Amino acid sequence: MNNNTTEPRQLRKVSQKYTRQSQIAMVMHNLAKNKGAMAGLAIIVLLALVAIFADFLFDYEAEVAAVRLDRSLIAPCLQYPCGTDDLGRNILACIVHGARYSLSVGLIATLMGLIAGVFFGAIAGYYGGVLEDVIMRCNDILSSIPAILMGIVIVSAMGVSLPNLMLAIGITSVPQFVRITRASVLTVRNQEYIEALKATGLSEARIIGLHVLPNCLSPIIVQITLRIGSAVIAASSLSFLGLGVPAPAPEWGAMLSMGRQFIRTASYMTIFPGMAILITVLAFNLLGDGLRDALDPKLKK
Amino acid sequence: MLRYAIRRLLQLIPVVIGVSFIIYFIMDLAPGDIVDIEAAEEGLTQEQMEERREEYGLNDNVVIRYARYMFQFLQGDLGKSYTTKKPVLNEFMAKLPSTMKLAAASALVSVLLSLSLGIYGALHRGSLGDNIAMVLSFVGLAIPNFWLGLMLIIVFSLKLGLLPSGGATKAGAIILPAITVGTGLTASLARTTRSSMLDVLGQDYLRTERAKGTPERTVVLKYALRNALIPIITIAGGQFAGALGGSVLTESVFSWPGVGRLITEAVSARDVPMVTGGIILKTIIIGVILLVIDLLYAVVDPRIKARYSKGGKKRK
Repeated sequence: MNNNTTEPRQLRKVSQKYTRQSQIAMVMHNLAKNKGAMAGLAIIVLLALVAIFADFLFDYEAEVAAVRLDRSLIAPCLQYPCGTDDLGRNILACIVHGARYSLSVGLIATLMGLIAGVFFGAIAGYYGGVLEDVIMRCNDILSSIPAILMGIVIVSAMGVSLPNLMLAIGITSVPQFVRITRASVLTVRNQEYIEALKATGLSEARIIGLHVLPNCLSPIIVQITLRIGSAVIAASSLSFLGLGVPAPAPEWGAMLSMGRQFIRTASYMTIFPGMAILITVLAFNLLGDGLRDALDPKLKK
Repeated sequence: MLRYAIRRLLQLIPVVIGVSFIIYFIMDLAPGDIVDIEAAEEGLTQEQMEERREEYGLNDNVVIRYARYMFQFLQGDLGKSYTTKKPVLNEFMAKLPSTMKLAAASALVSVLLSLSLGIYGALHRGSLGDNIAMVLSFVGLAIPNFWLGLMLIIVFSLKLGLLPSGGATKAGAIILPAITVGTGLTASLARTTRSSMLDVLGQDYLRTERAKGTPERTVVLKYALRNALIPIITIAGGQFAGALGGSVLTESVFSWPGVGRLITEAVSARDVPMVTGGIILKTIIIGVILLVIDLLYAVVDPRIKARYSKGGKKRK
């Protein structure tokens, strides 16, 4: 495509370089140049490994679940880098095991929002008309309820448990996905290749699933990464209010809420779990931001 | 413009009905009701509990209850709170001033910080200060607000003893919560300000202005900033509307007596009229603020004003 330009040799080199690469490789190439995104990705991989191998790092029964008053409220030291809480639990071990909750809530809640949001967003964008109006009005209603309040109401109504926490956060992340999917389906819907596919008699479900949505992926992927970050914050917020993961579990927000009672004497109990949330969310935001630039270089200013 | 405003207000009606419907029915799923809680507190017998349920109208089917609620609501009556027995509207209005105070103070913090950071960043693009500001704004976006509040309490009230850690009556009590909410908002607003200013700064009319010998200060603040304001107002307005709805977590961390806490406490007390009414009022407030912001565009941008006065074309 660059054959007619004034600097053929140089550009041909560039175009050759890219024609041999798939789109994914190109995106990865762009992404790899972004230091922030790579740092974010590295942190996420590390966190995932920590969460998966938490049991190898710290014994759950001995360090997290057991009440050991003989070592309660020890300030950070070499043996306990983040100190111990009022029940003598190793805070670093709690944070490591807590990564499981935060990451799984973040991922699963976002996945719920993604599935529902993409489904309704694609229908609204593809079919238009009354269906679109109905879906978008309902979406407006859902999104006009502040997410945290919606979460509080859902969790208190359904009961305090991990699946309900995921459900609550999942529901509050639906509107964003609906809006973004619809917007990008709208840009694809009227293109000629869709017209051509319709003429071949392909079923509409297939057209949407196999040919419309794959061309709408970029903004959705970015949104997924950013939503995981906000889901992690939402989960810890609800847990902080006592509406997340039930009490003794080492969830970061729940740890903060417990630490709050000792804020005068043992401030480290509130400092470290918060840092964990901050770093996790920061990592997802950095990756999301980098992905946005990598997927659509035009946007980068 | 008036017609546009009225149309927007009318559009709020289905939203409010939808919101009330969702909240009312989810609250109905909750295990236990107000009578169970009262029974636990006052030691009611089974018969007394039945009487109370009859009194609150809890024995009817949820659809009938909701219909009755909406019938009253359409007459402007949001019902009475189960726990305090006072009208929901009064309860909400009693807490609104302190929420408004906090929202205004946070908006002030956010606008001052973001405009200075954003304008500085745009003018000294790529400088060390710009980079630091942008890194900070990234961190600011990722900080859980309630944790920032706790950290501020540790530093400023416990270690330095400068400011009160909670309550609304003590002098200076608003400072920490306002900084907590405000810095959270600053993160995205500063980024918006920076990129919006960058868009404007390259424009030809600024070069013309400079060529005319206009002082740089005037060029930046009067000609560049004013043209960069639209996206800034959009974001700032949305944030202010959100803050007016009450920030549940900050209010909880600083024991701030605002509407966010009012609603949260009502949820755990199964005070259905208070929860539904509170969220409806919040939705209305947010909707009205967003409308005001849309109308503000016209003040900032004469082009939009012209579009309103022509009447025909409306933005969607």
